[in-house]
Amino acid sequence: MQQLLNGLFLGSIYALFAIGFTLVFGILDRLNLAHPAVFAAAAFVGIELVAVGGLSIWVALPLVAVFGAVLGLVIERVAFRPLKGRPDAHFAGLIGSIGLGGMFIALLLWRYGPDTRRFPVDAFPSTTFEVAGARVTLLQVAILVISVLLMLGLTWLVARSRLGRAMRAVAENPRAATVLGLDVDRVTATTFALSSALGAVAGALFAMNVNSAQLGMGSAIELKGLAVIIVGGMGSLPGALVGGLILGLAEVFAVQYLASSWRDVVAFGLLFLLLVVRPQGLFGSKRVREV
Amino acid sequence: MKTTMKTLALTGTLALVLTACGEGGGDGGAEDGAGELAGSGSGDSCVIEAPVPVGAALSLTGAAASYGESQKKGLELAAEKLKEKEGVTYELTIEDDGTDPRQGITVFEQFAEDKSVILGPTLSNGAFQAQPIAQEAGVPVVAISNTAAGITEQGDYIFRVSLTEAQVIPQTVEVAKEEYGLEKVVVMYSNDDAFTESGYDVFASALEEQGVEVLDTLTFSKADTDFRALLTEAKGAQPDAIVVSGLIEAAIPLVTQARELGIEVPIIGGNGFNNPKLMSDAGEAAEGVVVGAAWNSASEGELNTAFLADFEEKFGSKPDQFAAQAYTGLTVIDAAVRAGCSGEREAIKENLSGVQDLETVLGTLSINADRDSEHPAVVQVIEGGAFTPLN
Repeated sequence: MQQLLNGLFLGSIYALFAIGFTLVFGILDRLNLAHPAVFAAAAFVGIELVAVGGLSIWVALPLVAVFGAVLGLVIERVAFRPLKGRPDAHFAGLIGSIGLGGMFIALLLWRYGPDTRRFPVDAFPSTTFEVAGARVTLLQVAILVISVLLMLGLTWLVARSRLGRAMRAVAENPRAATVLGLDVDRVTATTFALSSALGAVAGALFAMNVNSAQLGMGSAIELKGLAVIIVGGMGSLPGALVGGLILGLAEVFAVQYLASSWRDVVAFGLLFLLLVVRPQGLFGSKRVREV
Repeated sequence: MKTTMKTLALTGTLALVLTACGEGGGDGGAEDGAGELAGSGSGDSCVIEAPVPVGAALSLTGAAASYGESQKKGLELAAEKLKEKEGVTYELTIEDDGTDPRQGITVFEQFAEDKSVILGPTLSNGAFQAQPIAQEAGVPVVAISNTAAGITEQGDYIFRVSLTEAQVIPQTVEVAKEEYGLEKVVVMYSNDDAFTESGYDVFASALEEQGVEVLDTLTFSKADTDFRALLTEAKGAQPDAIVVSGLIEAAIPLVTQARELGIEVPIIGGNGFNNPKLMSDAGEAAEGVVVGAAWNSASEGELNTAFLADFEEKFGSKPDQFAAQAYTGLTVIDAAVRAGCSGEREAIKENLSGVQDLETVLGTLSINADRDSEHPAVVQVIEGGAFTPLN
């Protein structure tokens, strides 16, 4: 039971990270590899807001989201927009975002030094519940709830709202969208801002959940996030949530029934297996794109 | 072009002449120095005319700067205290290695020219790079914070006053076993780090020697931060304690999550846990963590209480283990110098080997045949947010 919950909560972090990741990927067909750097930067900024600024976590979290959104705008403007007209725009953006992510990390190093940092001990109430003999913290429940809510909210946003329609139009055919009178650049920038805001919240929550924030925390979770996107189906928001949970559970049960060093073997083995059986991922649809 | 050549030739000749002079002067100086550095009398009554030049290569900037800063204070205090004892004075030169092994080499090269003995460098990493220079030049080195295996194996001029993991861990296991009646434990360690892996090896053999059953051995990666799956596994085995070899970065989340999952048994850590950050960052969760150390601030030895008071008076803050070990380093050098009443390199090297049962702030200290020091470790448990001695 405890392991089931461990997997569920670990998975909800993966999901939260991947939801932002997959938003840009699914809608704009761009892979933003500066996302892990946003994840780490947000954790450090969140800690600073709470530890130095003395803010409550409930004030700090929205601020962290805003900070993430700003970073998202920067990423779009610096790493993606100047390259968008190129025939190899996808690849160029990918490399551009890796570079920008590296610069963010370097700035963090300059600002905060190489040490691990943490939220103050009492930043979040340390309430623990007992569920069928297993222990659950309030924080873990909060993370799960936040992940599900954000997933639902985003799904609604993409499917129903005006912005969502614009996003889908841009995804379908940017040129046609322009002809229809949509400001493609603006929609793109908004998507990046949303995506990075999610990544930022994920980073701050992750740092709280494990009581540790490191410069490399984003790259540690990056590959898992990509795996989650692929398992869930590229660009599918419910897929990111389910994919995250599956990956979390797979890891935890690998530890339980095999050995701890086997968890990545099992998690990624599962990914490969799934790709063979269902190449489009669990929730993905086969996409045919005309050139 | 011609002029350039001429200048070059001139400069070259000049340099040669100067070098020759320098060497001549140096030789003369060394001879004179030998006269001054060899004193008369012995032990407490030893009198050496010239101050004995001591060099210390410490990490005053860079990643290990906080350790180096402590060591600097410890050394300055020791030099001041030794001045009060009549007969021998020390001329202490402290240079920064920037936590960079290459800079450490440069500092050692400087020291090799005119120092009688070298202290440092701060990190084992840098020590492995710089020590061969001292060995080659025949300058004794006293390591004051290095715990890695193989430090003193680098040569017969290399000594160490800091206890190694291999010395501290068996004592930790012994005391904890006695105190908590340990019969069965779960061991966890990060298997992708040389330091924690060697810590694990020592733990494993110490547990076996003491007849403590290991229910399960779980491994993690040094970059891991979520230990809940592993800890649930460990909890299921119902151990009397959890033994962990990990760095402080892993220790804090691990301890926090263990308490969160309701693991109340003692957690016994290696040297990575010996860090006040554990209390400040893990808070309540750190209570009941057991860790061995080379020095404890609460030790009530006469020398130690005096050291604590002097340190606080001079610097307005409390010393840590690094300061205490640095202080001891100079004390041990003083003992060796006075034993032969000579500040010369060879004599210091000779007499460092002979240090036996010396009273220091770390306790009664002896240098063994491997040039490592032996003194009792302090096994501490975190209680009320502070390290308190268990033995």
